[in-house]
Amino acid sequence: MLRFLIRRSLGAVVILLIISAVTFFLFYAVPRDPAMLACGKNCTPDSLAVIRKNMGIDEPIPVQYWHFMVGIVAGRTFAQGDCPAPCFGYSFANQDPVWETILDRFPTTVSLTLGGAAVFLFIGLGAGMIAAWKKGTIIDKAFSSFSLVLSSMQIYFIGPLVLALVVYNMELLDQPKYVPLTQDPGGWFMGLLIPWCVVQIIFTANYTRLSRSSLIEQLQEDHVRTARAKGMSSRYVFFRYAWRGSLIPIVTIFGVDLGSLFGGAMITEWTFSLPGLGTLAVKSVQNTDLPMVMGVMLFAATFIILFNIIVDAAYAFIDPRVRLS
Amino acid sequence: MTTVTKEAHVPAPRGEGDAGAFLSVRDLYVHFDTEDGTVKAVDGLSFDLERGQTLGIVGESGSGKSVTNLSILGLHNPRTTEVSGEILLDGQELTGAREKTLESLRGNKMAMIFQDPLTALSPYYTVGRQIGEPYRKHRGASKRETRERTIEMLDKVGIPNAKQRVDDYPHQFSGGMRQRAMIAMALICDPDLLIADEPTTALDVTVQAQILDLLKDLQQEFGSAIVFITHDLGVIANVADDILVMYGGRAVERGSVREVLRAPQHPYTWGLLSSMPRLGGDVNEALSPIHGTPPSLLSPPPGCAFHPRCGFVDEVAGGLSCSADRPVLPAGRGAACHLTAEQQSTFFIEQIKPRLG
Repeated sequence: MLRFLIRRSLGAVVILLIISAVTFFLFYAVPRDPAMLACGKNCTPDSLAVIRKNMGIDEPIPVQYWHFMVGIVAGRTFAQGDCPAPCFGYSFANQDPVWETILDRFPTTVSLTLGGAAVFLFIGLGAGMIAAWKKGTIIDKAFSSFSLVLSSMQIYFIGPLVLALVVYNMELLDQPKYVPLTQDPGGWFMGLLIPWCVVQIIFTANYTRLSRSSLIEQLQEDHVRTARAKGMSSRYVFFRYAWRGSLIPIVTIFGVDLGSLFGGAMITEWTFSLPGLGTLAVKSVQNTDLPMVMGVMLFAATFIILFNIIVDAAYAFIDPRVRLS
Repeated sequence: MTTVTKEAHVPAPRGEGDAGAFLSVRDLYVHFDTEDGTVKAVDGLSFDLERGQTLGIVGESGSGKSVTNLSILGLHNPRTTEVSGEILLDGQELTGAREKTLESLRGNKMAMIFQDPLTALSPYYTVGRQIGEPYRKHRGASKRETRERTIEMLDKVGIPNAKQRVDDYPHQFSGGMRQRAMIAMALICDPDLLIADEPTTALDVTVQAQILDLLKDLQQEFGSAIVFITHDLGVIANVADDILVMYGGRAVERGSVREVLRAPQHPYTWGLLSSMPRLGGDVNEALSPIHGTPPSLLSPPPGCAFHPRCGFVDEVAGGLSCSADRPVLPAGRGAACHLTAEQQSTFFIEQIKPRLG
């Protein structure tokens, strides 16, 4: 297990290096000059040069990349002040330190993600299980068609629709907002209720279908028939034998989904104006804010890779064949 | 001393009013509904089996042998399968029995060993847990009793070091050991009926022989009736008392092992025998396979299902037609064929037997 973790962590570092390089150089492939934007209307060549120097973009691009990467590991000093490791620099747009901004936005994204995941796992796996159990019946067909409809929905359509209905028309809930859990648990829950229900829609549909097909496949396995031939009840066979095996593809997909959600559920956060990493990413790209884009990108990528490693480790708990080989 | 020997020879007393055999299958029909139509997997099958006896069911893939036995245990899909006829186990009707009733019999009074021990055991639980499950359920045994019994069974089927191996997962067992574990699982509740569905097909030959010996020994110990399904006549000769040859969902020949293997009557049985390689045979001598393919069970040929592949159709006399009249399998020793008994014996001795050597 330890060797596995070391090997995967080294692999993760390589992947992150590649992602950082690609993002960094792609940023300069776009014909927009962040110094020009910061300089404003009455821009003189002299002031532009000063701004460039302050931003640290007066040097050749590879050198900038090198300083950036060193900063992450060792920290660096800017005109705005000291920046301890991990240093992603200061935002071009509003001079905020990137790392602190990310840490500040992260709880919103985590709250949205975990709540949403709880909803879509519960409904998705449950509905998939019922559909597989009642395979071929009206219930199965209803669940399958419904999940097909849901999975073709779009959050930017459903989100405003729910807002219009629940908040403005029926006035059941307040406008969604983020309140820290530690400050006011009730407010945290009520404020995120609508975003949770909206962010899960597509996932629920996918997990319903995945869990249904995976279970049906497992139910046709020989070992399930053996268990029935032993006289074990259908319920026992369904949960102990079929369900256990059906979890492997679900865990795989869940790891990837959760990892990418931790990097920010962009559309949902944007739709409900939640101050998470998703909104931060969209805004930074709009503002040509290189340090912020790099920061959010690497942060999100780290989570995706981390969850991939967790998934691989989780296999060992589900499948004893992985444990020993 | 003498009295003991005497008693051993007295046949087991039969139950009150027990006219039938221990396992009696009468006019069994198993039909599946598919998108292409109704598959007649088993089409009017009857056979009997006594305690302590072994019935070998032989036939090609798709002849209905596995389906027959799945329907005895009630393991078919009730939504798409229609089973009619009579299956009497020790006088108890199994067709149309409630799922709860079948559950209490499965793994307890009747058990099954499957073909592929690699896929027939769940990879997620230890061998011991899987073997012990039916014992806990049917006997209401405690965890400790079950574990002791499981170890005892593993020991009995010849797993060395059973005390340690009981906690292994199936993938830590070899193929032969897995099949032994399957047998232990099937026998843990002393079933009266054991159905073995090609239990040795997936194993290599030396292991095959060990497993067959083990089954024979265990049968002597437990006195179970065994239905042994296979397509390998060599295996059948080893284990069975009686043989039932199946073709296209019907029984085409029945008799004791000696009768069927020494003097087979049905041209299909001749075909099976001729397509079997012999240990002492000439290496360069080609096998003679049965031409054609097994019949489609969606629309089986009219008359005798074997007639499109049979080389003796023209020999049938007496106004009977193989493609129109369905031959009947007589009770007891016999074959479902329009050839007369003399013809069968002449053709076999003159044309088939010389090729078998």
